[in-house]
Amino acid sequence: MIRFVLQRLLLLPLLLVVFSILVFVIVEAPPGDFLTSYIATLASSGSSIGAEHVEALRRQYGLDQPIWVQYLKWVGNLLQGDLGLSLEYQRPNSELIGEQLFLTVVLALFSFVLTWIIAVPAGIYSAIRQRSVVDYILTVVNYIGVATPNFMLALVLMWVAFAYFGISVTGLFSPEYQGAEWSLAKFLDLLAHAWLPSLVLGIAGTARLTRVMRANLLDELNKPYVVTARAKGLSEWTLVLRYPVRLAFNPLVSTIGWYLPQLFSGSLIVATVMNLPNIGPLLLRALVNQDMYLAGSILLIYCMLTIVGTLLSDILLAWLDPRIRMDG
Amino acid sequence: MAGAAAEMSAAEERISVASNWTLVWWRFRKHKLALASAAVLAVLYAIVLCPDFFSTQDPERTDARQAFIPIQSIHFLDDGKWAPWVPAAVGKRNPVTLRMEWGTDPARKIRIGFFVDGPEYRFLGLVRAKVRLVGPLDPEQRIFLLGSDRMGRDQWSRIMHGTQTSMTIGLVAVTLSVVLGIVLGGISGYFGGWIDQVIQRLIEILQSVPTIPIWLALSAALPRDWTPTQVFFAITVILSLIGWTTLGREVRGRFLALREEDFVLAAELAGCSRWRIIVRHMVPTFLSHIIATSSLAIPVMIINETSLSFLGLGIRPPAISWGVLLQEAQNIQTLALAPWLLLPGLLVIVAVLAFNLVGDGLRDASDPYSK
Repeated sequence: MIRFVLQRLLLLPLLLVVFSILVFVIVEAPPGDFLTSYIATLASSGSSIGAEHVEALRRQYGLDQPIWVQYLKWVGNLLQGDLGLSLEYQRPNSELIGEQLFLTVVLALFSFVLTWIIAVPAGIYSAIRQRSVVDYILTVVNYIGVATPNFMLALVLMWVAFAYFGISVTGLFSPEYQGAEWSLAKFLDLLAHAWLPSLVLGIAGTARLTRVMRANLLDELNKPYVVTARAKGLSEWTLVLRYPVRLAFNPLVSTIGWYLPQLFSGSLIVATVMNLPNIGPLLLRALVNQDMYLAGSILLIYCMLTIVGTLLSDILLAWLDPRIRMDG
Repeated sequence: MAGAAAEMSAAEERISVASNWTLVWWRFRKHKLALASAAVLAVLYAIVLCPDFFSTQDPERTDARQAFIPIQSIHFLDDGKWAPWVPAAVGKRNPVTLRMEWGTDPARKIRIGFFVDGPEYRFLGLVRAKVRLVGPLDPEQRIFLLGSDRMGRDQWSRIMHGTQTSMTIGLVAVTLSVVLGIVLGGISGYFGGWIDQVIQRLIEILQSVPTIPIWLALSAALPRDWTPTQVFFAITVILSLIGWTTLGREVRGRFLALREEDFVLAAELAGCSRWRIIVRHMVPTFLSHIIATSSLAIPVMIINETSLSFLGLGIRPPAISWGVLLQEAQNIQTLALAPWLLLPGLLVIVAVLAFNLVGDGLRDASDPYSK
């Protein structure tokens, strides 16, 4: 077990190196640099900036150096925990990303918990009352849930809330808590706002999970040990919850590995549509404005979250199911 | 009794001589829902072939005075007789908000017809044609079956053209993924050794990439001055770059299992080249499975394209796709005013649903010998 975890942990730095190169190449790829798009922005607002000033800025930001020097400098700074300076905001990236990263993780985890709370009971109920009205309704809802892009769902919910109830369901905080210090009240306010985006974010996952749970449980329900337990006179619910549900659970856990990372990257779109203070919209803006160090840092953070998510689930699975460790 | 037995054996005979594909078809046919979905997909791909025939007018035709016209529904009967028409939209400016408010005037009917001549277009880009599925009898009139957008463009026609782009992207991206998956997965599984190692590590790395952020970054990297066609192909490549890994893994697994089979050994002894063994003997055994898997991958691609375009980083106007159309619905105030702008999203859901159902049906049918 320890060997398995160590093996995985050893791979981590290697993956990070590969990803840092990949990310850097991607943010460096667009023609021109931040200054060209900066000049374009200035020009569109009617002002301009002298050629020597541009050169000075270019030198100051190190944009005139060869790519590999820029890369090494960036990685060097990263290793010292310095995420660099945002070219656009003229503020340290760590400051820009800080709280938003926290909210990104909170939103994803919240959505994750919500998904499981809804999907597992729904799946169990569907399996036990197979072909009942509720089962059919859940099946239809699941199919539609999987088929709906989550930004669509966000749009529809926002539209309904706005057009019929006159409320706007954007953001994660009420105005009075926007810039406030963290307190219990602020946290409760966050929870009150976070459930809707979390639901939107988790809908496809919930649908898929319900289907998997239902199918797994249906497989288990026909096995002889269930019949034996029933013959011994156990009440139906105790019986189902105590044995087959536990067995049906295992394959679900194995999906956490790809599900959690999916939530991190999926939150990008929902956050943009619903105007949430998440690193997603920040990344989008940085990409459009070619604010390469900010974009690079955020992309690398996404990679980190993905890797850590996968790692967690690998470990969890190895712990639950010893057979996995053999292949590791 | 003897008759029944003869009938039985005739049915059995039919099954035992049926080809693999016939068996798959028989099995697929039993899924009514999948069959209905296949019909929906057939309609959608008919639109892909010729969106102009299905649209009522040029999707780019703008008219600022006809912005945000609500849906004009078709009435088939007039005085109990067959004479399809749509009510004309009458706009009145609200004196307080200065906003145009549209109502219908049931007295003014715009006569429409099916298979009428409209503005000229080129069928499949080659043949000049005029006939359109539905359109106003008077070519001077414009009808808005699904409303109009902020620039007075006809949403019905735009949706038809958007369908062409979005459905094609899904298909092409998946085809590309399948080719990559089969070739790389096949090489990996057939040759084994260090080649296998390299490809497996590559797949692992690609699979731990956070897809949506990386897609966004890649699309943002596309030069602004590219033509819509170039952007289209670039987006397709970007989408399939990560999409092939799942399939690659599956194909490799099958190859590993098949490599040990007797018929492969037999083919090798008969002197077949490696390429021929792969293409003629191994691939056909799991082709139906691949088709099922890829039909489940298309909807994912469609959702991804729509999301990218919706965020402004996928297909860009003037090209039209479902995502581009949904960009119009981004603003909640606009949406409250013109909820029909969400309709392209409904089409996304319908298409994805249809693909999923057909995919499920195919997956069950792909192994006709299983119970």
